[in-house]
Amino acid sequence: MSIQTEGLLKRYGQLTAVNEVNLDIPQGEIFGLIGPDGAGKSSLIRMLTTLIKPDGGKAKVAGLDVETDFILIRKSIGYMPDVFALYEDLSIAENLHFFAKVFGVSVEKNYELIREIYDTLKPFENRRAGKLSGGMKQKLALSCALIHQPEVLFLDEPTTGVDVVSRKEFWDILGRISQRGVTIFVSTPYMDEAARCHRVGLMQQGNIMAINTPQGLKDTFEGWLYTFRSPDMYSRLEELRAYPDMEKAVLFGDSVHLFMKKPLDPKNFEQYLNQKGISPQHQWEEISPSVEDCFIAMQKGTKETPAFAK
Amino acid sequence: MWKTFLAFVVKEFRHILRDKRTLIIMLGMPIALMLIFGYAVRTDFQEAGFAVWDQARDQHSQMLVERMTASGYFLQKATVQQKEEMEQLFRQGEIKVALVIPPSFGEMLEKGVPTQLQLISDGTEPNTATTLLYYLNSILLTYQRDLSEKRFGPLPPPNISIEQTMVYNPELKSTFMFVPGVITVVLMLISAMLTSLSIAKEKEKRTIELLLISPLPPLLIIVGKVLPYILLSLLNGLIIIGMGIAIFDMPMHGSWLFLILSLVLFIMTALSLGIFISTKVNSQQTALFASLLGLMLPTVLLSGYIFPIESMPAPLQTISNITPAKWFIIIIKGIMLKGIGLKLLIKPVTILAVMTFAFLAISWKNFKIHL
Repeated sequence: MSIQTEGLLKRYGQLTAVNEVNLDIPQGEIFGLIGPDGAGKSSLIRMLTTLIKPDGGKAKVAGLDVETDFILIRKSIGYMPDVFALYEDLSIAENLHFFAKVFGVSVEKNYELIREIYDTLKPFENRRAGKLSGGMKQKLALSCALIHQPEVLFLDEPTTGVDVVSRKEFWDILGRISQRGVTIFVSTPYMDEAARCHRVGLMQQGNIMAINTPQGLKDTFEGWLYTFRSPDMYSRLEELRAYPDMEKAVLFGDSVHLFMKKPLDPKNFEQYLNQKGISPQHQWEEISPSVEDCFIAMQKGTKETPAFAK
Repeated sequence: MWKTFLAFVVKEFRHILRDKRTLIIMLGMPIALMLIFGYAVRTDFQEAGFAVWDQARDQHSQMLVERMTASGYFLQKATVQQKEEMEQLFRQGEIKVALVIPPSFGEMLEKGVPTQLQLISDGTEPNTATTLLYYLNSILLTYQRDLSEKRFGPLPPPNISIEQTMVYNPELKSTFMFVPGVITVVLMLISAMLTSLSIAKEKEKRTIELLLISPLPPLLIIVGKVLPYILLSLLNGLIIIGMGIAIFDMPMHGSWLFLILSLVLFIMTALSLGIFISTKVNSQQTALFASLLGLMLPTVLLSGYIFPIESMPAPLQTISNITPAKWFIIIIKGIMLKGIGLKLLIKPVTILAVMTFAFLAISWKNFKIHL
C-alpha cells in the first residue's frame, strides 16, 4: 500500500477537521478526494505530507510512519499546495533548478520525469513565475513537485483557477504519471474530474462517506433522479421540496435535480405543479446519476444546495 | 549539502535584487540618513543669536564677547541695558541666549576673586540651551587659561566637571553622535526588519511549505536565508563608517578588527530579533508592525541616540537597558572616539552576546519543522 491510514484524526479546537479516516491506496492509483470547501481535504493532505501532526490514529505513506519517519517521507513525496506556492520573482528555470537542488537532484539527470510537462514551458524559461497564466503556473508547480522522482504525489486542488482546456491536459498528464507507478492523491472540488480518477473518496465535514470507483459509486445510487426546468424554478424550490416522496430538490446549474424515493408518477406530479401555480413552461425527465448526484444523495439532513465549484 | 546551501543563498540574493523597494531601503536608506543627519538635522549650532547685558563695560568683558563672536558659534544680535529688553528679544525669537556680565567683572577677574556670569537661555529648547552652555563654558575656560599664561597669580576655580564630559568631543560635534546612531538604525532595519519580512513572506505565500516538506534541515533554511542579509548589513555598516570618516571627519582611534567584529555581533543580535519575530507572525504586515514598534521605536527613542538616556525618567532608563542599540552605541563610540578595546567594553559586548544567544535559543524552540 502506498498510503494507509487508520482512524486518522485532526481537531482544531471544537472543530473536527478530519474524523477518523481510514484509507488504503495501492501504488500507481489516482485517488481523488472530493468534497466541498471546508470538508477537511487540505487538513488530510497536510497530515499525509507531514506538514501538520495528526491528533490521533495512524498513517503510513510509502511504507513510512508520518509521525516517526517524517524526514524520510519528505524525500519520497511531491506536493502541490492549493495555492501557487513558487517564487513569483524567480523565473521558470530558476524555480525548477532551485527545487531540484533543495532535493539534491539535478534537472539534467531527472529531465525525463518532467520532459512532457516542461517542454511546453521551455520557450518561456526566462519569464518570471508571477507573470504566467494559470495553466502554466500549474505545469511549473507540477514539474517542481516531480523533479526529485517522488513515489507519491499530493495535489491539493491543482485545477482551481485553471481553464477547461488546461484542466483536461493536466488530467491527461496525471494519467501518464500514474502509469509510471507514481501514486497520485488529488483533491478537487470539481465533480466532473472524479471520472478521471481510479477511485474517489467523498468527503464532507471531516468524514469520508464513501470510497469507490466512479462507476461503482453510480451503481450504488439508490432512488430515482430527474432534472426539472422551468422559468420560475429558482423561486419555487420550496414547493418542489414539499412534494410527497421528494428526498431532495437541489439547484444544479441551469436545472433542478429531483431526488426521489419512488419513480415520479407523471399525472400526480403535473397536477401538483398546476395546483402550486408553477409555470406551465416546465419540463422534466429521468436521468442517470453523476458522481455529484451520488455525493448529494449521501449528504444527510440538508435539502439545500451544497457549495460546489462549477 | 554545500550545493543546496549555495542555491539557497543565490535564491535569496535574487529576491533582494529583484525587489526594488528592498533595494532602495537597503542601499538608499543609509546614504540618505547620513546626508540628512549630516547636513540637515544638526544638533550643533553655528551663529546662534545672543544678546549681551554688559554691566561691567571693561576690557575683559569686551574681550569675552569678542571671543564668543569669533568662535563662530555665537552671533551678537543686540546689546541690552535692562531685563525687559532682553525678554522682548527672547519672545521675538531673535536670540537663543543672553549673557549677563556683572559690574566690575574685569576687576574681580584680575584679583582672582570668583566671578559669576549669568547665561539666560530659552527653556523651550533645552537641548539647544545645554549645547550653547557647553560652548560658552569652553570659551570661558580658554579665556581663563590664556589669562593665566600671561600673568602670574591665582586663577578663579575652573569648571572641571564640564571639561570631563567634553573630553572626547570638545567641539560637541553632533557627527560623532549621529554616525553610531545611523549605523544602529540601518542595521536594525536591514538585519531585523528585512529578515523578519522575508521569512514572513515565505509563510504568507506558502512557499515555506515546500521547503518544510523537503529533506532540508531547518538550520540550513534559516542560515541560507539570513546570510545575504549579514553580508549586506556588514557592507552597509562599513559604508556608513566610511562616510562618517571621509565626509564628516569622524575620528577612528580604535582597532578596525574589533570594530568589524562588533558590527558582526550587533548584526547577529538584530538577526536573532528578526528571526524571533518571524517565528511569531504569519504575515508580512504583522512582521512590519512588530519590527517597527518592537525594534525601531526603542532603537530610535531609547538608545540615547536622539534623546540622552540621563534625561529620561527612571522607568524608561531601565527599559533602555534592554535595548540592544544602547549597548552597541556605547561600543562603537568607545572604539571610534576613545580608541578603547575589549577590556573596557567587556560589559556591553557581553550583554549583546547574551541577548543574541537568548533570542536564538527562543527562536530555535519556536521554529517548527511542522506547520
